[in-house]
This record gives sequence, C-alpha cells and structure tokens, in this order.
Amino acid sequence: MRRWRFLAGGLVACLLLAGVVSGFAATSPDGLAHAAREGCTIGPDGEVVAGTCPAQAEREHDLAGGPFAGYGIRGLAGDRLGTGLAGVFGVLLTGGLCWLLLRRRAPAGPTARARE
Amino acid sequence: MDGLALHLADGVIEAPVAALFAAAAAGVVAVCLVRGRRALDDRLAPLAGLVAAFVFAAQMVNFPVLPGVSGHLVGGALAAMLVGPWVAALCVTVVLVVQALVFADGGLSALGLNVTNLALIGTATGYLVIAALLRVLPRTRAGLAVAGFAAGVVSVVAAALGFVGQYWIGGGVALTAGLGQVAGAMVGVHLLIGVGEGLITAVTVVTVARVRPDLVYALRGARLRTAAPAPVTGGAA
Repeated sequence: MRRWRFLAGGLVACLLLAGVVSGFAATSPDGLAHAAREGCTIGPDGEVVAGTCPAQAEREHDLAGGPFAGYGIRGLAGDRLGTGLAGVFGVLLTGGLCWLLLRRRAPAGPTARARE
Repeated sequence: MDGLALHLADGVIEAPVAALFAAAAAGVVAVCLVRGRRALDDRLAPLAGLVAAFVFAAQMVNFPVLPGVSGHLVGGALAAMLVGPWVAALCVTVVLVVQALVFADGGLSALGLNVTNLALIGTATGYLVIAALLRVLPRTRAGLAVAGFAAGVVSVVAAALGFVGQYWIGGGVALTAGLGQVAGAMVGVHLLIGVGEGLITAVTVVTVARVRPDLVYALRGARLRTAAPAPVTGGAA
C-alpha cells in the first residue's frame, strides 16, 4: 500500500472514531474518577456525604467555560453532533501539531513551534 | 462528569508537588523531542501525527469495564510500538496538552502529573515490555499481538501506580482509610482497563503490520513472518 494511502486511511479511521463512535462511548465515571471516590460515601447527585477520598480536593477546570470544554461545542452541549465536531477538530489539531513538532525543517523554526 | 480515565483534575495533588512534576516532565519531554527528532525523518513525521491523532480519537471512546465504571485507551504502548519510545512519549504529550488547553480535560496545574503518568510512565513501561518480549517472541502476527497486549496491560497499571505515588507524596486530602484502599481500587480497575488497552494495542499494531510492516518501529524494518515462510528465490536482480 502506498504511504499516502495508508496515512489517508488512518486519518479516516481517526475521524470516524472521534467524529462518530465517540458519540456512543460509555459515559460512566472512568477508572481514576471511580478510584478517587474510594473511601467516600457518594450521595444520589454524586456529592460526597461521608468519609474522605482524593476526589474531595478536585477543583473545576480553569477553562471549563471554553468553547470546546468537555469535548463539545458551546451551544451544542451534550449533543452527539457537538461531540463529533469537537472530535474532528481535536484529531486534526493533535495530528497537525505533532507532525509540525517533528518535521525536521519546519518553515517557522521547529523550536519556536514547540514552545507555542 | 464524563468519564475520561486517568486525567487528573486540579487540586487532587497539592500545588507544589504538581509544579515539581511539571518541571520534571518538561525536562523529560524536551529530551524526548531531541531524541525523537533524531530518530524520525521527514518521511515518518506524518506517521507520528497520525499516531497522535489516533490516540486522541481513541481516548474519546470510553468502554465500560464494570457496572458504572469506564475506561479508554491511554496509547503509550501502542505509540511506542509504532513510532518508538521517544516519539511516542511526544505524541501522547501533545494529546494531553490539547486535551487540557482546548477541551478542558485534565487540570492545567495537573498537566505535569498527567504527562508523567500517561505519556512518560505509560510509554516507558510499555516500551520496556515490548523490547523484552520481542527479544524472545517470534516476529509473527501472534508474537506482535502478545507483546502489544502485555505492553498495554502493564503500561496502564504502571500509569495508575504513578498516580498512587503522586498522591503518597502530595495528596490534597488526608485519607482516614489510608492510601492502600485507593491504591487497591486504582490497580484493580486499571487491570480491567489494561485488558481493553492491550486488546486495542494488539489489534491496531497487527493491522498496521499486515499493511505496512515497515511502519512498525518495533519490527525495525523486519517483515512480519507468516506461518509458512515464502520460498526464497535467488538470482533476482
């Protein structure tokens, strides 16, 4: 298989995963969130009612009000379309950044880009 | 709160400890950048971009591991297998930076802690398992799959232990029940997530190796051996 075809196929797979499959992902707390509540009794709304656990010290994210916060697009919150669009944006941004970072001869100077 | 495994929020680890880890992680990532750029040529830089994009995409797809608990790919072992440990650590770091800055996933002050656990510990342990296993396993589809699976399991559990270590150094809440209970829960649930990580790593690496074995760093240019080796034809120009 030609290299560009391999890269294009891989990119399509990434876009499908982030753009479509992500909307059907499990929404339950992850392993860390689960373990960080170990030792606490959790009330019906997810709040700590008794005990001590690492999660008690969690603060809200500084950028929680950002346009793509929580893998969505403001205005389309909790929407599969918003999640998918945010995912597509994230795939292109992440892939592009990593590519630029590792290019030997980046036009604007590789170290300048690395510090952005 | 949506499930996004292993991404620490701000405040869980005390600020000075988080800052210390941020400084240390920045140093190691800088070394990775130097070594990675040396190891990678311009031809392979797009592959590194693709690996980072895949890790980002896969991290959006949480899978259930227990009732009410989910997990997702971390990607260090997979990336190490495809692009080598230095570039792999960079790929996962880029993912974590984008997640923290753009998608508000993983605290800004906790970025160094998350990079240490997921990008550095996850990739390093995954790569060590791959390097050790591929020394003894045959370079076949099955050998590659076993190495990928084991590396996936070990890397996720090691990353989880990274959090336990960080909490032991500078946990924000004094635990009346002790850290052991949290450590047990971390290891237990991440063993299960590790099985998912191992499966995704094995399937992805074997798929790439079937199509373009030259793009699998762990094979180092060697072709994947099939069960019945092709007859050698001599005399070709």
